[in-house]
Amino acid sequence: MADTATEATTDVAVTHDDHHPSAREYVQIAGALFGLTAMEFSTYFIEFGPLHIPLLLVLMGIKFMLVAGFFMHLKFDTRVFRQLMITGLVGAMTLYLAATLALHEFPAGAGLG
Amino acid sequence: MSAAVEETSMGIDNRKLGMWVFLGSEFMFFGAFITAYLLYLNTTAGGPTGEIFDIVYTSISSFVLLMSSLTMVLAHNAHVHGDMRRMRLWILATALQGLVFVGGQAYEFTKFVNEGLVPTGSPFASAFFVLTGFHGIHVTVGIILLLGLWSYTHTGKVKSDQPLKTEIIGLYWHFVDIIWVIIFVVVYLIPWG
Amino acid sequence: MATTTAPPQTRSRSLLSRPTALDGLKGYLATTDHKKIGIMYFWSVLVFFFFGGVASWVIRAQLAAAENTLVNEEVYNQAFTLHGLTMVFLVVMPLGAAFFNYLIPLQIGARDVAFPRLNAFSFWTFLFGGLFLYSSLFFQAVPNGGWFGYAPLSTQIPGDNMAFYAVGLQIVGIASLSAAVNFITTILNMRAPGMEFMRMPVFVWMSLVTNFLLLFALPIIAVALFMLNGDVVFGTQFFQPATGGDPILWQHLFWLFGHPEVYIMILPAMGIVSEVMPTFSRKPLFGYTAMVFAGVAIGFIGFGVWAHHMFTSAVGPIGRVAFGLTTMFIAVPTGIKIFNWVFTMWGGKVRFTTAMLFSVGFVSMFTIGGLSGVTHAIVPHDAQQTDTYWIVAHFHYVLFGGALFGLVSGIYYYFPKVTGKLLNETLGKWHFWTWLIGFNLTFGPMHMSGLLGQPRRTAVLPGELGPDVLLYNQLSTAGVAVLTVSALIFLFNFITSLRSGEASGDDPWDARTLEWMTPSPTPYVNFYEIPTVTARDEFWERKYAETEDGVVRPVPMGASQDHGEPVPVGDTATVEGTGNASAVPDDIAVTEDVALAKVTSDDHGGNPDAADDDHHIHMPDPSYWPLIMCAGFIPLGYGLTFAAPTLIVLGALWLMIGMFGWILEPLAEGDDDYDPDAVHA
Repeated sequence: MADTATEATTDVAVTHDDHHPSAREYVQIAGALFGLTAMEFSTYFIEFGPLHIPLLLVLMGIKFMLVAGFFMHLKFDTRVFRQLMITGLVGAMTLYLAATLALHEFPAGAGLG
Repeated sequence: MSAAVEETSMGIDNRKLGMWVFLGSEFMFFGAFITAYLLYLNTTAGGPTGEIFDIVYTSISSFVLLMSSLTMVLAHNAHVHGDMRRMRLWILATALQGLVFVGGQAYEFTKFVNEGLVPTGSPFASAFFVLTGFHGIHVTVGIILLLGLWSYTHTGKVKSDQPLKTEIIGLYWHFVDIIWVIIFVVVYLIPWG
Repeated sequence: MATTTAPPQTRSRSLLSRPTALDGLKGYLATTDHKKIGIMYFWSVLVFFFFGGVASWVIRAQLAAAENTLVNEEVYNQAFTLHGLTMVFLVVMPLGAAFFNYLIPLQIGARDVAFPRLNAFSFWTFLFGGLFLYSSLFFQAVPNGGWFGYAPLSTQIPGDNMAFYAVGLQIVGIASLSAAVNFITTILNMRAPGMEFMRMPVFVWMSLVTNFLLLFALPIIAVALFMLNGDVVFGTQFFQPATGGDPILWQHLFWLFGHPEVYIMILPAMGIVSEVMPTFSRKPLFGYTAMVFAGVAIGFIGFGVWAHHMFTSAVGPIGRVAFGLTTMFIAVPTGIKIFNWVFTMWGGKVRFTTAMLFSVGFVSMFTIGGLSGVTHAIVPHDAQQTDTYWIVAHFHYVLFGGALFGLVSGIYYYFPKVTGKLLNETLGKWHFWTWLIGFNLTFGPMHMSGLLGQPRRTAVLPGELGPDVLLYNQLSTAGVAVLTVSALIFLFNFITSLRSGEASGDDPWDARTLEWMTPSPTPYVNFYEIPTVTARDEFWERKYAETEDGVVRPVPMGASQDHGEPVPVGDTATVEGTGNASAVPDDIAVTEDVALAKVTSDDHGGNPDAADDDHHIHMPDPSYWPLIMCAGFIPLGYGLTFAAPTLIVLGALWLMIGMFGWILEPLAEGDDDYDPDAVHA
């Protein structure tokens, strides 16, 4: 959180405007996103057994990283932005997972018996 | 980059940093709604369950939203190269796809309500409508921003040497798309039952 | 005084041209100046503090006798809910924001915040949110379900009371969130050259942590409030047990926000105390690095202790152990801070000004509150304390004895900075001692009555608790009377000093940090020339230097820029004397008139050459649009409270039109200043 910013200190973080992918590369990434979505879609019809949910989550993660990394330029921009996103994402996942676990340890209607 | 950017402590534009700071907090926002949805998956009070989702229909609208990210990034790319004609075209295409998505969502909501899944029916239904509804509101705000950006390119408010404005609105748009990437899998595709 | 105006505009005036008045009512309504916004926060807080105080009189009057029938249960419920909401959301948080506004740009050496108009937006949204909450008085629908609004009680109270709660807090939350985005960007990106992270004043550090806490905690309460709003007004089923909804979800969401909120309130006060103590001890802050990292650690751990508020509701054994442990952990960084403050005073030349007294009061009272706080980590103990006055005593010791003492210390310390006058020290000391005695008289006995079993949030003090508990309650009521007198002393002191206080000079406390390098009161242009920072206590280093034998000597006039040789031993200047205020180079600290004369007119078309001109200073132009846009929250808020779609649509359109007006204004800040984050903040 706050201390992650410390590392970035005051040295000038170069903005990489000229390293952005070309239009062609963007289209290629969109093609990959299309393929991944098609794979996700196919899980609705094909049974993958115990791998079903992990597979979907992995596909989701790849799509997430493609959009964030290339379309949002996280791969090329200063790491402050990446740290902000990771803080938000990891923070949200940790907190809500902990809350969910706490809720499940004492499910609704269990009573205080 | 303007002179103002080089003067900042981190060498980044304030507005872009501000947008990223804001987006960081948005994960907390949608995370809470997704948590509530997952908590209430089986709390349907005898009403319709997730079986009601039309995966084919939603896959198509998800795909439209995903591709709107492509046109958004192409608009930014065109703006970087000073090609304002293309930039405007891609912006309009993005807004249009956003409209298709929101329209599709409105249709989907109507259909569900007619089939008995109403927000007041069960915690499951409340969580579903409020989660996807707030995402829809975010898309709508994005469309307004895009149309504003498009009109400002005509008035000289957004000049061809200011691609940062397109980039910042693009960040918001891609973020909304990313949230849908998660919702599509977590809400629609995973057979939690 | 002559009317000050911004540099003339080159464009012809139109509906969208920006206002120029810097003085008077117009100057305040349209201001984008962080200093004026800070002052407006302060005055709003004073008004809300009065109303919060009135609510506490109702509570204490009712509890002054056993089985009292002075007010009925409904009025009592409204009084303690309104008291809690006001003090948390409309007093302590915005008072912190007042200091953020005034001090952050000054302490990091900036001319304003990153988004000046968004800053005005935050203030007006806060004010409208507070007024909206209070407008429930006119609908006989004052929130009455406690500041924590526990479901399912909150969803099932008849009437619009809890709808006002949900919507009012939502609006105030939007204000804090947009302010958090603004301050984080400002601190990360607007520091003066050389102002590295580890050179920032501790107040700026604590502000950064606080605003990150706000940034990540507010969305959680926003979601919870939307859900509550839905349940109360629109019939959703989030917390309705009848259809399987889980009220414990509300508790988790509320305390996921609510516990970081506690640190949101205390950290700014800790920052202020960390500024006051070194100044009046004539020593650098002891353990700066430890102080900073303890603050950051509190920020992190503060997110991981929320379930200790729920030990008796629905947390399983693993949860109890885990959250009990984290609760003990968070005492460690807090303890580090306490020791550092004590060691800052240790061996220093301590001057007990009123500001210093309040800071010392902060450390001692907060320590008591911290000790009773650790008792909540012991689960069996906590189970006994829950919902008794022990809890009330604890959180008043940390929030009143802690946060408020620290913030009041800041008022005494920074009053000269803001007004150029000193608060009367004699009255100040009267204020402090009556405040300290009244505070302990009010909340000290609550420890006892709580342990003897007096339940909180109960309108009638049960007679069967016996004469001891009654006595403790009467002492508390007497304490509130003392506090009221004390507040009046403060108010009298404040008003008279404002009118005819002793002139303070630029640097009355012989202070250490950048904000005191500017003239007092701070001119419109904070720094004519942005200073280059080379040390942690930059201003002190410019004023004093250490000789080889470790004696501190004032730096001779004019030699300060390069931290020159100290005045030779034997020179007439003594260490006791006030520092060499003239050490400030003339080009940094200039008077209002000189600075304004040097501010050239902005080319509103954004002339790129202008930025290269050394003598060109960009000051944010005033704007009415934040005010106009925020007014849209009023129809939107009532629409969401009374389920009126017309009002909701009207409010949404209003906000949208306000946003476009905002964007279409002529540009003055940098090459352009479109704030996209304001749009959906």
